[in-house]
Amino acid sequence: MCTMEQRGRVFVLTLTGDDEHRLSHALIASIRSSVASVAAASASAGPGTALVTVGEGRFFSNGLDNIWAGTSRERLQGLVDELRPLAADLLALPMPTIAAITGHAAAGGFLLALCHDYRIMRGDRGVLYMSEVDIGLPLPPYFVSVLRAKITAANALRDVTLRGRKLKAAEAKEMGIVDAVCPGPAETAAEAIKLAEQLAARKWDGNVYASIRMSIFPEACRSIGIVEESDEEKRKHFASRL
Amino acid sequence: MATKDLCSVEKRGRVHLITLTGAGEHRLNPTLLSAIRSAVAAVRASPDAGALFLAAEGKFFCNGYDLAWARAGASPADRIAAMRAALRGLVADLLALPAPTVAAVTGHAAAAGCGLALAHDAVVMRASRGFLYMGEVDARIKIVDFFGELIRQKVPDAVARRDLVMKGEKMTAAEAVRRGIVDKAVDGGVGDVVDAAVAMAEGLAARGWNGETVAEIRKAAWPDLWRKVKDHGGEAPARPRL
Repeated sequence: MCTMEQRGRVFVLTLTGDDEHRLSHALIASIRSSVASVAAASASAGPGTALVTVGEGRFFSNGLDNIWAGTSRERLQGLVDELRPLAADLLALPMPTIAAITGHAAAGGFLLALCHDYRIMRGDRGVLYMSEVDIGLPLPPYFVSVLRAKITAANALRDVTLRGRKLKAAEAKEMGIVDAVCPGPAETAAEAIKLAEQLAARKWDGNVYASIRMSIFPEACRSIGIVEESDEEKRKHFASRL
Repeated sequence: MATKDLCSVEKRGRVHLITLTGAGEHRLNPTLLSAIRSAVAAVRASPDAGALFLAAEGKFFCNGYDLAWARAGASPADRIAAMRAALRGLVADLLALPAPTVAAVTGHAAAAGCGLALAHDAVVMRASRGFLYMGEVDARIKIVDFFGELIRQKVPDAVARRDLVMKGEKMTAAEAVRRGIVDKAVDGGVGDVVDAAVAMAEGLAARGWNGETVAEIRKAAWPDLWRKVKDHGGEAPARPRL
């Protein structure tokens, strides 16, 4: 379902197989476990690491496992609830994160990509798509918080959420949703790893990096269930780093 | 006395200029912050103040908190807290000022110094030299709540915010203008930047706005920021005896 490898200072999480990488309970648990191992490894690795998430095949992720959920609202809500702590893990991760969008990223899959700090996407095929409006599903509150934190241009946010616009990489870049466009999946993965290496080379303290990230998105963090450090704790941290 | 060495205040018509004097880094220790706050209070008390602007002599606009001073203390955590509290008060003073404000970023503006510039209504910046640099991520210093709010309100674009704060990008004036962080890049030397800022401030003063209205509208435009700083400053000066 997913693998994690370390290449120098960069951790690479791969969503394996040529399927839709539907976020089922099993896949979410698998990814969470990998992300947790990265967080732990970074503590011993010291400052200067980064995470790249990449998909095999035509999909980055086609979202929550609606097929399994079927018409059961309970099942669907269960998946929504299960994805939330994974989103939290990513927003709290003590290193820069890059999504190498190597295929379609829809709904929960798009959200997963948005939970990363940077996005590199293939330009030849694949779209970003918040499908909820087309399917007739409301957006979970934490989805909205992340969307609002990462897509700040009003028209872009409207197009993504209220129009169910399917964004190719070039359009997404213009809208500030994607940082770079690459010709195909191999280049996308390579560029993401290259960026990861550059960011890792800055040797940022992971704890500080995550803290700064969270101080920029406090509403998204609250919505996702992360408890942000208090100013008092940050004050004490200043002394501890001397 | 010490105030005079740290910052000067002069009037040009209805425009009040506060200049951080000397060739140093104008680090924001409690003494300098107090001097700036006194200068701002004097402008606030002045009956016909049309606009305020802040500039600096030398290579630096302001290079952030005085970390050397903090480290030298018995309790560095208390010292950083003191500087944060004083800046928070100054931000409140600027938000509550009954006159438009302009920051003339004549040189490097880093970390808290960058925040200080952003706390003004408008920012003009020297084109040929100097950059904006939120160096906290590199210096391993966390960002406290009011400061995070200041950045969120004044740098609303998600990508600009991420690159400035999470990536610690050093932005030239041209780059900062392109990203909507700074209003205008001015060619030439410090004097040219000051002249451009004075011209802008004079233009604002010429609108003949009611000062209290300006202050109320400003606080209403950035309510989340005002809410987080208002208990620390922005008080009306004691009424003069008639």
